Amino acid sequence: MSKVDLSEFKFDGLEQEAIGDLTELSQEDQDQLLMAGIVSDLGIRSASYLQMDQSTVHCKSTNDDVEIMDIKDALEKYDGLKEYFWTLVDKDKDEFTQAAHDNLHGGYFIRVKAGAKIKEPIQSCLMLKSENVGQNVHNIVIIEEGAEAHIITGCSVAHGTKSGAHLGISEFFVKKNASLTFTMVHNWGENVAVRPRSAGIVEEGGKFLSNYVLLKPVKDLQMYPTITMNGENSVARFNSVVVAPEGSLLDMGNRVIMNAPNTRCEIIARTIAAGGTIINRGHIAANCVPSKGHLECQGLILGNGRIWAIPELDGTAEGVELSHEASVGKIAQNEIEYLMARGMDEDEATSTIIRGYLNTDIMGLPPKLQEAIDKQIEELQMSDAM
Amino acid sequence: MLTIEDLHVNIGDKAVLQGINLEIKEGETFILFGPNGSGKTSLLMALMGFSGYDVLKGKITFKGVDITNAPMYERARLGVGMSFQRPPTIHGLRTRHLVQMCSRKGEINPELLADIVNMTEFLDRDINAGFSGGEIKRSELLQLMAQQPDLVLFDEPESGVDMENMQLVGKVARDVLDGNFNVTPDLSLKERKKRTKTAGLIITHTGYILDYVNADRGQVLYEGQLCCEGRPRDILDHIREHGYQECVRCMN
Repeated sequence: MSKVDLSEFKFDGLEQEAIGDLTELSQEDQDQLLMAGIVSDLGIRSASYLQMDQSTVHCKSTNDDVEIMDIKDALEKYDGLKEYFWTLVDKDKDEFTQAAHDNLHGGYFIRVKAGAKIKEPIQSCLMLKSENVGQNVHNIVIIEEGAEAHIITGCSVAHGTKSGAHLGISEFFVKKNASLTFTMVHNWGENVAVRPRSAGIVEEGGKFLSNYVLLKPVKDLQMYPTITMNGENSVARFNSVVVAPEGSLLDMGNRVIMNAPNTRCEIIARTIAAGGTIINRGHIAANCVPSKGHLECQGLILGNGRIWAIPELDGTAEGVELSHEASVGKIAQNEIEYLMARGMDEDEATSTIIRGYLNTDIMGLPPKLQEAIDKQIEELQMSDAM
Repeated sequence: MLTIEDLHVNIGDKAVLQGINLEIKEGETFILFGPNGSGKTSLLMALMGFSGYDVLKGKITFKGVDITNAPMYERARLGVGMSFQRPPTIHGLRTRHLVQMCSRKGEINPELLADIVNMTEFLDRDINAGFSGGEIKRSELLQLMAQQPDLVLFDEPESGVDMENMQLVGKVARDVLDGNFNVTPDLSLKERKKRTKTAGLIITHTGYILDYVNADRGQVLYEGQLCCEGRPRDILDHIREHGYQECVRCMN
């Protein structure tokens, strides 16, 4: 597969000044962040975190039940976070995990206190501001027993920034009967290399719901988060909507390991290659019964491009129920004709079908973010890419 | 309103229609009978302009416009509407959105229309996703009501529909043909009356639909050719008694 040469990027010396408020950012940068679901109006967020290049520039919680801080501060406060830090991701996994281990720039630590049901989403943003910057972050998310929260993570380049490298370690801990909705929106640039390395564990009765949206070009992205369901009655669900225009190379997917009885998971990825390449992975392993898992890798190639779907199921006990559906194709002629019979011309019919295909209603996103996503889909359809 | 002259249609190398001549007048309801594989559905598909139905010869005129080679959407915009037998599911396209997109003639109220066909709770579902036979028919009627065509092509309104649904489907089908439904609550009586009757070309196997719609004429399609024109009831009785074999003799 592709290679990212880390020596091309500046991993040192790109610190940024702290800001008191996200409204201090330029309007253009605020607009960039909005595309990734990050709002400047903190009244509709319960906590906010912003990493710019190699510094944490903003970090604030307006809810006592949400602790949010720079990971470095958290390591100091909690004596190295021994139970959490580097416990799910192996620091020696590859050169990217090593880089993040050896030269940590920041990242967020989010802890939602036991029993707290956090209404407004928590937002965090990892931003590449300087041209050619290399960014190493490590994020820890802990949702304590019985707590509920929605975290929106927007990863974005600043206005005008085209190239950079983002290496991000994320470790998620969803405790007993806790629920985490984690929505990630990527708004990278044409020359950005991205290497997230993520893993999470879900305990008894816990819920991990993940939404992922990528509608903008990115040079090279590779990620394959693994969620291990260690507790009975836990649920994991992944929804991804991904577009790869010309020049984008995406190697992405989700892996779920069901290690307890009465677990359920679902992975659904809808991908469009419009000139770019997508490797659409999915892996569900079930080691206990009863357990139920369903995997969907749907792919549309528009114009040209490549989609390589790799769905994998691995059951190791009698009675597991695993299924998958994978498809790579073009827009079905009978769908186009159905809409043409209602009076739409071919272009209208095609764009209506694509809009439906990319529909993210099911994710239940907050209105501002949904608007931002709808706007991007509209722009995408106006562009030559599709 | 619709004139078909000497229409020859092939699917690939196979001749499915061989010299169809048919005229349907404004507001007239025409019933098409015929055994499986006789070309009934092909006729509807060719009239709507589906790909794969190659018109080799002949002419289709609708409202004085030659639509023989017109793209589907032009036929639809001109006023041809079709109820699909097996419509595709379109992921992420809500029924409500499609209903709105159907209404090129002006504002409609999806809730009001959905209520008529008992589809209110389907408005926010993906179109045709997991719909039963009866639900598909109701959803197709819902779209047709929004579209308000001048000619409805209806392929087997009774197929896959249970008796309870048949009542509703039959009644609404009649209302669609009679132009007897409300698209918006604020339409004046005058405006409502101004709407003329809709013509219909209906395929039926069982004839159940005849209990609901006022059919004017009917004909049997057999092996790609039309024969036995008459009153739909009479044709149905005849087929029930003698089967389609009679048509062959009748033709000879």
